[in-house]
Amino acid sequence: MSIVEHLPALQVAVPLLAAPLCAMMIRPSIAWPFAVLASWITFAISVALMDQVLTHGTIVYNMGGWSPPWGISYVIDPLNALLLLLVSGMAAIIMPGVRLGIGVEVTFRAQRLFFTVALLSLTGMLGIVITGDAFNLYVFLEISSLSSYALVAMGADRRASKAAFNYLIQGTIGATFILIGIGLVYMMTGTLNMADMADRLTDLHGSATIQAAFAFILVGAGIKFAMFPAHAWMPNAYTYAPSLVSAFFGATATKVGAYILIRFIYNVFGAEFAFDEMHVGWVLIPLGLAGAFVGSLVAIWQDDLKRMLAYSSVAQIGYVAAAIGLGNHDGLIAAIVHVFNHGLMKGALFLVMACVILRLGKADMTSFRGLGKRMPVTMGCFVVAGLSMIGVPFTVGFISKWYLILGALDAGMWPVAVLIVMSSLLSIIYIWRVVEVAYFSDPPDDVKVQEAPAMLLVPTLILTVLCIAFGVATKITVGVAGLAATSLGVYP
Amino acid sequence: MMPLPDPGWLAAIAIGIPLVGVVGILMTRRWPDVREGISLAAGSVLFCTVITIAMAMDAGETVHLELARPLTGITIALTVDSLGLLFALVASFLWIVTTVYAIGYMRGHHEKNQTRFFTFFAVAIACAMGIAFSGNMLTLFVFYEALTISTFPLVTHAGTPEARKAGRTYLGILLGTSIGFQMIAIIGTYALTGTLDFREGGILEGNVSHGVAGVLLLLYVYGVGKAALMPFHRWLPAAMVAPTPVSALLHAVAVVKAGVFTVLKVATFIFGFELLQELSVTQVLQWIAAFTIIAASLVAMTKDNLKARLAYSTVSQLSYIILAALLANEAGFLGGGLHIATHAAGKITLFFCAGAILVAAHKTEISDLDGLGRVMPFTFAAFLIGSLSIIGLPPFGGLWSKWLILDGALAADRLFLVGVLLVSTLLNIAYLLPIPFRAFFRPLPEGAPAERHEAPVSCLAAIGVTCLCCLLLFLFPDPAINLLERTFIGAGAP
Repeated sequence: MSIVEHLPALQVAVPLLAAPLCAMMIRPSIAWPFAVLASWITFAISVALMDQVLTHGTIVYNMGGWSPPWGISYVIDPLNALLLLLVSGMAAIIMPGVRLGIGVEVTFRAQRLFFTVALLSLTGMLGIVITGDAFNLYVFLEISSLSSYALVAMGADRRASKAAFNYLIQGTIGATFILIGIGLVYMMTGTLNMADMADRLTDLHGSATIQAAFAFILVGAGIKFAMFPAHAWMPNAYTYAPSLVSAFFGATATKVGAYILIRFIYNVFGAEFAFDEMHVGWVLIPLGLAGAFVGSLVAIWQDDLKRMLAYSSVAQIGYVAAAIGLGNHDGLIAAIVHVFNHGLMKGALFLVMACVILRLGKADMTSFRGLGKRMPVTMGCFVVAGLSMIGVPFTVGFISKWYLILGALDAGMWPVAVLIVMSSLLSIIYIWRVVEVAYFSDPPDDVKVQEAPAMLLVPTLILTVLCIAFGVATKITVGVAGLAATSLGVYP
Repeated sequence: MMPLPDPGWLAAIAIGIPLVGVVGILMTRRWPDVREGISLAAGSVLFCTVITIAMAMDAGETVHLELARPLTGITIALTVDSLGLLFALVASFLWIVTTVYAIGYMRGHHEKNQTRFFTFFAVAIACAMGIAFSGNMLTLFVFYEALTISTFPLVTHAGTPEARKAGRTYLGILLGTSIGFQMIAIIGTYALTGTLDFREGGILEGNVSHGVAGVLLLLYVYGVGKAALMPFHRWLPAAMVAPTPVSALLHAVAVVKAGVFTVLKVATFIFGFELLQELSVTQVLQWIAAFTIIAASLVAMTKDNLKARLAYSTVSQLSYIILAALLANEAGFLGGGLHIATHAAGKITLFFCAGAILVAAHKTEISDLDGLGRVMPFTFAAFLIGSLSIIGLPPFGGLWSKWLILDGALAADRLFLVGVLLVSTLLNIAYLLPIPFRAFFRPLPEGAPAERHEAPVSCLAAIGVTCLCCLLLFLFPDPAINLLERTFIGAGAP
């Protein structure tokens, strides 16, 4: 058998095996290149998988040759191929910058452990996305969550420990809810394989147990997804985590939560059950819009820019939630595309914060004074990614918003479209506030600042360029999202 | 004769030339003379390219190019029609003139960051070309937003707290209206019709109820914040903190005309005259435009700052074109289209003069201009010519566009609007003519130097050229009108 057939297993196995090896490498100067290599191989695998899915259609891979429902199967369709690409791509782009980025924030002794835990977190996220088995999903969820708590706790600020503890409590509640939901479904259907579940659930509509299971999973995934009003763990976690961790999480962690929601709503339970019986749209759209407003409004008042970006994420997640709740083709495309696009722009913005923190030690409004002249490339990236956040044409943000509004109009919800636009106008305020300070204030004289080092600047630039590239050429994002929506049974 | 490239590419080249110029400007930033030479060269090449496009269109070729296909069913495409061609001709020609003027002004006024200034200026022109040649509403929107963002550094050029505040207003209103209203209108149009192409007779007819079409019209007209219809006009006076060449070319020509150009395009090619005439919202908007014409003129009279008065005059004049578009008939379209050119020539002259006064005499308030006509006779003579053209008196171009708009109002049987236009003309006289009169007929204040002292010669040359344009547009309006008329006989239609 050729290695190509085993790519789905390798996708998870490579980072999983690399993690303990990293732990054995005492010197960070060895562990770091190794972790970079592992993340690049992982990314290459996901590119190959995407290619296979696009040419041959959905891949089903049975672990160890055990066919479902006895064994665990990995199922890769356009939806998770895109998510795999996002998660592994982010890791591959950010990992090279980690060495410098965490140099100031994580102690020398802890650095190899940092790489270990980061790879484990990557493993967990990839596993959640790739698996076709509900319980296996929970296992990977715990792997990614536990390693995430550790990563957050590594932040230099002492408040990082408290943030990590909060994250742990709320994350555990979320994971437990998901487990309870899966357990209830297992009780009723006798299977853990998702495709099997979906099959058997069609006969069980109207069952209170299944309805309870759906509610548990919805709430659990909502917490993981940091969906308003269950977002409380996120601002502190993102603010106090090492900046590159914030970049990686901001781009991926919550996106995996979105994936779980989409997968369970549209695939396992089925759109008919979720929308006609459980009226999930009435939960997701109002909460999503409320999150969009609350997140943006709170972001405007933040002095710490990492916290501002975290609240901006609350708002952006609100759009994804609302888009999922629209339940039509364009809405689902918007959700999937925005998951991907928001990953790019939020990744770029958090990397800008990493650059600034590396040079200035903190990222609050005063430290941005005059940075437009002192760190022109970094601030250029901020402006471009910020414009993308606002949704200016030729950026990824515009593409997301386009489909989101199209979806709302298609569902006959004019007011929703208007509210989405109104809330997105708020992002102009919180982005432009920073731009003004950076370009129009004089820098404090006593501080000498130079441009961020190439190691950190190049990843930032790559993500910024992608923000524009995927805003012009949307074949990969919108094209694949369209395929994904169709394969989830939502037709135009 | 050399074979011409595929005409479709010419449109893309026209957008590309200023951008190539940007690279040149940045590379030669250490040698200001070379840098300005590149700006001039780019302007000349651009103007020649637009002329070439005009010739190709004259030869009956269609100028169309598809650039990208970012969304299913919608392209980023360039199509040149006669209205766009006229706008492009005006903007590209005046870019050359303004560059000549800016060289004298920026140096005479010792402005800082001149490289940044010329760079973003060129980017803004590229965006204006993009708007002029847009093949569909999405493409137009893309360049519209790019124009807003590229002009922001020009508005805030001074970097003072005042400029920052103005920049905030500028960006807030222009981005807010375009994302808040225009984008919804565009996506709504697409959701309802499945296309965003500009077509003769419109694309909405038959696809929407009148109620929905009315809402869309409101969203479009207010979504084009650059057209400065009240109450979303505040950004234009705010933008006057920019250096005068910016106020002259961008906030009297390129940016604001891009706004009314968009309104004309939407009215003619998205809605179509028939649908527009049936909508009751059209009449409401006509009233609002009429109100803006009068109210902005009245506000202009109260302004003592010269640039602020000119800004409110622009707000008022822009509503002429909005009104013309909403008349929804051929004469209105012709008048609106022609007013883009005639008002451009007149208003840019006035702004040039305002800048010349600032550079030579360091005066910004109208009440300080007493007797200055003897010190700067050329400048104030030009100011008089520009004023007369704006008012619409012969022998200057402003007459024809006003004439056609009046014709359109009569054809639409809207006598009330005819009255508004007449009152507005009187108001124009009241707020413009006192300025040169004050300069020529009032005595100089005690102790002020009375010898001739004009602005740098490059400023004066530019002013001379735009004055000549005002005159030429009176003597030879036919080429422009014929060009616009082609829209209705099929040849120039997209």
